[in-house]
Amino acid sequence: MNDNLATLLSFLPQLWEGIQTTIILTVAGSVGAIIIALVLGITMTSPHWWLRAPARIIVEFFRGTSLLVQLFWLFYVLPLLGFELDPLLCGIGALALNYGAYSAEVVRSSIKTVAPGQWEAAIALSLSPTRRMLRVIFPQAWALMIPSLATLLIQLLKGSAVVFFITLSDLTDKINQLRQSTGDTYFAFSIGLIIYFILAWMLQEFMNFLERRATAALGRRRPNSRTDRREARRAARADTVRKDRLVSHGVAGEGTDSGLGTDPLKRPSSGEGGDR
Amino acid sequence: MPPTENTPANPSASATPAIEFTDVEKSFGPTTVLKDLNFSVAPGERVTLIGPSGSGKTTILRLVMTLEELTGGYIFVDGKPLTFEERDGKRVELPKKRTREMTTRIGMVFQQFNLFPNMTVLENIIEAPVHVLGKSKSEASKEAKELLERVGLAEKADEHPTRLSGGQQQRVAIARALAMSPEILLLDEVTSALDPELVGDVLGVLRDIAETTDITMLLVTHEMQFARDVSHRVMMFDGGQVLEQGPPDQIFNNPQHDRTRSFLSSVL
Repeated sequence: MNDNLATLLSFLPQLWEGIQTTIILTVAGSVGAIIIALVLGITMTSPHWWLRAPARIIVEFFRGTSLLVQLFWLFYVLPLLGFELDPLLCGIGALALNYGAYSAEVVRSSIKTVAPGQWEAAIALSLSPTRRMLRVIFPQAWALMIPSLATLLIQLLKGSAVVFFITLSDLTDKINQLRQSTGDTYFAFSIGLIIYFILAWMLQEFMNFLERRATAALGRRRPNSRTDRREARRAARADTVRKDRLVSHGVAGEGTDSGLGTDPLKRPSSGEGGDR
Repeated sequence: MPPTENTPANPSASATPAIEFTDVEKSFGPTTVLKDLNFSVAPGERVTLIGPSGSGKTTILRLVMTLEELTGGYIFVDGKPLTFEERDGKRVELPKKRTREMTTRIGMVFQQFNLFPNMTVLENIIEAPVHVLGKSKSEASKEAKELLERVGLAEKADEHPTRLSGGQQQRVAIARALAMSPEILLLDEVTSALDPELVGDVLGVLRDIAETTDITMLLVTHEMQFARDVSHRVMMFDGGQVLEQGPPDQIFNNPQHDRTRSFLSSVL
């Protein structure tokens, strides 16, 4: 085990390189995917079929074909057509197209989920179609789409390992090298799992942050947010206190009922005193 | 017989009608909701549409607001075609942009308020005046604050709509519609979604608008006392047709048709 740690320590700079490649692929791929998703997703909600149809075809094509084959196509076929791309760009492009197509469907359905009354109010105020989308519909749809986008982006992070096939050395590749140099399969792949998990966790936290911001902009909170839970606990405590008071009143009440006119307005304060 | 003290509109005047329906037809798929509907509303006139559910009242308001597509006939606002016009004997749809210019004169308040949750109360009100009418932000904000004052919500300008009660939201929605200085205001069952104790505030605001402005109003409501107090004319709809119409006193006290009578007895 000590040997393993020593190898890991000396391997750290290389591992860091791999992590960087994975991060670059994930971040650039995600940005690309989100841009593609927004353009295609919004286009798919157009009232004009001649805009909707091509967007739908592109989405179905990239959703329906393998990420690996898309990657090979960019890497091996484009040069045959006279365009040679850097392997990193191929990786980013394939991830962005594939996950962008999936996310476009999320964008489309979130836009469709915004209450029809919001569209109608925007029309009633004579807002132009662009303003309607940018100022009214999209900010509301954005809050709805973030959780699903988060899932897809984490899949993108994990899917980025396929770039191994086009000569790029990412985290997975480095982990494989670590396995070869330590000869300890269990150790190397466990390290790999942990690093991927940390990266995914960071990505999830970032998406949670975006979601909190988006829902706060709507004057709401995320379902079951920390603030909600805190308030629920507070309400529960207040409720117990109230019940305690009722109980103590009940007991006290029986004693005093026969007595002359207890002022009902004074009861709560006597109850409070009894609690302490 | 005029219901309110300010100058009642005179429907028989020769002035161009604020709203005119000519042979209007509306169907949703195979279901025809309105057929051969002809009526007009004079500038400044306040008209209440009543009738059983499914009689097409709300559809009429939605057609004027261009929320529904007109399947037949024409609607004119201030004498100008709204969505379709006749050209060389053919029915031609007008460009959307042109229609949108026309709808800036029309405001609508909805049953479900439909405030934009991603904007504060003030932002809700100034959005269209700034971006549709091209007013400056400071001018629009000043007017918005005056309107909020008028509907009794001056202190709520920076709140999010979700933090307001239904009645408050509806009053903001009224202020938002008025911020566009509409010539025509469409009110679609604006109190139906409210708790009973909140209805009064909203109706109070509308009464105030009716008494102090000459905005043409077309309203669908179940508040018969309110309809009686503010409207110049009541139109009873049934099966997409005007069954009978007249001043509120006549319709409410002396309806000519059995169906009007049975409808009124079911709601009063």
